[in-house]
Amino acid sequence: MKAICFYFQIHQPFRLKRYRFFDIGNDHYYYDDFANDDIITRIAQRSYIPAAESLLRMIDESKGKFRCAISITGIALEQCEQYVPEFIDVLKKLADTGKVEFLAETYAHSLASLADPEEFALQVKAHDEKINALFGVKPKVLRNTELIYCDDLAPQIAQMGYKGVITEGAKHILGWKSPNYVYSSASAPKLKMLLKNSKLSDDIAFRFSNPEWESYPLTADKYIGWIADTPADEQIVNLFLNLETFGEMQSRETGIFQFLEALPRFAAEKGIDFWTPSEAVAKLKPVDSLSVLHPISWADEARDTTAWLGNKLQNEAFQKLYSVAERVRLCDDRRIKQDWNYLQASDHFFYMSTKHLDDGAVHSHFSPYETPFQAFTNYMNVLADFIVRVEEQYPLSIENEELNALLTTIRNQSREIAELTKEVESMRKNVEHYNEERKLREAVKEEAPAAKKAAPKAKKAKAAEVKTEAECTPAEPAAPKKRCCRKKKEA
Amino acid sequence: MFGWEFPPHILGGLGTASYGLTKGMWECGDMDITFVIPKPHGDEEKGFAHIVGASQIPIAWRDVNREYVENRIGHVMDPEFYYQLRSNIYADFNYMRTNDLGCIEFSGRYPDNLLEEINNYSICAGVIARSIDFDIIHSHDWLTYPAGIHAKQVTGKPLVIHVHATDFDRSRGNVNPTVFNIERDGMLHADHIITVSNLTRRTVIEKYGIDPAKVTTVHNAVEPLSEELLNVQANKPKEKVVTFLGRITMQKGPEYFVEAAAKVLKNNHNVRFVMAGSGDMMDKMIALAAERGIADRFHFPGFQKGKQVYEMLKASDVYIMPSVSEPFGISPLEAMQMGVPSIISKQSGCAEILDNVIKTDYWDIDAMADAIYSIVTYPAMYNQLREDGLAEVNQITWDKAGAKVIAIYKQVMNR
Repeated sequence: MKAICFYFQIHQPFRLKRYRFFDIGNDHYYYDDFANDDIITRIAQRSYIPAAESLLRMIDESKGKFRCAISITGIALEQCEQYVPEFIDVLKKLADTGKVEFLAETYAHSLASLADPEEFALQVKAHDEKINALFGVKPKVLRNTELIYCDDLAPQIAQMGYKGVITEGAKHILGWKSPNYVYSSASAPKLKMLLKNSKLSDDIAFRFSNPEWESYPLTADKYIGWIADTPADEQIVNLFLNLETFGEMQSRETGIFQFLEALPRFAAEKGIDFWTPSEAVAKLKPVDSLSVLHPISWADEARDTTAWLGNKLQNEAFQKLYSVAERVRLCDDRRIKQDWNYLQASDHFFYMSTKHLDDGAVHSHFSPYETPFQAFTNYMNVLADFIVRVEEQYPLSIENEELNALLTTIRNQSREIAELTKEVESMRKNVEHYNEERKLREAVKEEAPAAKKAAPKAKKAKAAEVKTEAECTPAEPAAPKKRCCRKKKEA
Repeated sequence: MFGWEFPPHILGGLGTASYGLTKGMWECGDMDITFVIPKPHGDEEKGFAHIVGASQIPIAWRDVNREYVENRIGHVMDPEFYYQLRSNIYADFNYMRTNDLGCIEFSGRYPDNLLEEINNYSICAGVIARSIDFDIIHSHDWLTYPAGIHAKQVTGKPLVIHVHATDFDRSRGNVNPTVFNIERDGMLHADHIITVSNLTRRTVIEKYGIDPAKVTTVHNAVEPLSEELLNVQANKPKEKVVTFLGRITMQKGPEYFVEAAAKVLKNNHNVRFVMAGSGDMMDKMIALAAERGIADRFHFPGFQKGKQVYEMLKASDVYIMPSVSEPFGISPLEAMQMGVPSIISKQSGCAEILDNVIKTDYWDIDAMADAIYSIVTYPAMYNQLREDGLAEVNQITWDKAGAKVIAIYKQVMNR
């Protein structure tokens, strides 16, 4: 009994426009709308939509035997909503079949897991919510950005409630072991790991249309034959691919769609099933635990994180970005939050790579910049402007802890103010009520004294209000003060 | 080989390149090189090539004794060689202005009567071509093409010319017809043409109408710097320093540097700009800097020579070469050797072989300003360019260029 576990990745970053240093502080819009629109529309038309339709047909024709998983980042979803909403409709159809699982991942396709666990958790949560809102499902298996995984991450992932995690079957981790089993994490034994079968995945992704490859041309028959020929006790073959492999990396003319659509038929002949990652995690027991000391990923020859954090430029940009993470989380400006997401996309760091040879060719293929130095300069200029905006919200002179404390005070105070206002109102009512009663009584008896008693009480409440304002003023420079005042007005 | 400049007495990149290439070829072994220059000073490095001064080549017979010759020119030439040359005078040049040894005086620079010097130089070439035994003639730059042609006609040996620059680079397109003709004449007579970059190669093919098959690019390289130069002391101001080093002429695009500086200074006042060198556009540049209101941050220290150049580089944080048209441009490589990140124009030949530099179009002052800002503001950028640039430039050595030239020789001689 064997099964194939397919998972398709969909991601597009918001590419930055050419942003000069003299734009810093003047221009707060960072994105190259034309390129973003152009690229996502082209890829959706050529690849995403036809590929998703193929998947629909495969599910339909195999009567639900074909299953797979899709992982789409939050920012890719945002782009689709903006530029190619028809693709979202196709995805919804896939979701409605019940045979397609949606995976959890970081909303911004970020490297937050390597720098900031809190940010990572927030992003995964935001992504889950977005997937739930659009497709009505709750992800159970996590796919971290670029399949990044290490032992340090596992406990957090398990604690967030995921049953399994998807990562690379990196040779330096596996050694003699086969990726065609389910493993458990060394640092969180309950978390199961699905490892990408690099050879078989890359056969489709990179070698499919290469006429110099000895196995060219690759047919579905031959391919399923290879899978069937793996040792009998190897239960699962994990094929993790970018969805744009179909139609974009391998063009339609190569017959890639026909190849894909033929797979279920040949698999059925050989008695091979298709499972989603959560089925695989539920059905199979881990054969062993796997320890990953240093982060691995599915990128570049080295399968580590050097594709994004391999040189000084990348590390500098990365550290600068996450140095403001806490600040950004404290503020509630929607545009800042949005830019924060877009700027975290790992792609920006990918463009700054100074690797050569084969890896370098891949980096420059995707990069909208001519050189890594240009990529760095542009990103840092944008980031400088972004940091200026964050600082405008909360000046740097205040420490994060202090700021947090002050924000709590402000929140408490506004709550207090609201309570006091309520009290004042009820007192006013009482006074009015009393006055009316008194008038009634005066009308009857023509007596005077009682009214004086209520007035000082109202004054006292007002004094309390003034006092709270005085408390927050000295410590608070510009911005928070304004908010404080505004809150009061609202109150 | 015929050349015009040779270190340590150099006026531009030509001398450095001629020297480096000759030494690189010598390192490849089995080479016997005679290098003719107009006027040797006696302090040239002689280990790898036999240096002959045209100003010591007799073109008119003078009956002088050995002692006299030894006294007059012994520091630059062996008297034996003088007599050998003297016996090869091929025509009566007594009508020319010759000195007591029958030689012509050369300035070895670029005087106003340059064309006359070029002609005299080729007369001397005739003498030396008859005096020594050699297999191939190699002429460096247009000044020595006539000499090369002459030597070829006398001996029938193949001629290789080395195009370090063309007049299209020097004049931004307004070529001097006389120079153009000398250049084209040299190219037509040459058996093979070596250009210092693909950019120059295209110029030679397109503008001079030369058959592409006989034009090959051999990129220049750099000599490793001595410990002494690498460790020169320099006073570094507390601001960041952006340096332009070179002739302040139209070809080098100095005005784009001034404009970019003005843009940078608008946002970042912690930078100083230096335009070191001299040239016909210097006054104009001083006026332009004043007009942009940045004269307090923009400095003109004048022409720098020898060690001063390296002191200047040592004190710099960014090196910039916005040349409008630069056949090769060896100076950014020197800056990289000193660990200074460089910004170069895409219109320079060295952009073809360098990766760890920032390349912009010479006219794109926005991009240039952005690059300057980025290097002075982001330490990661500075360090990345500095370290990788150093590693890269150390791989660009003259012996590799020399080997390529030798391969071309072999190909030409076997024809």
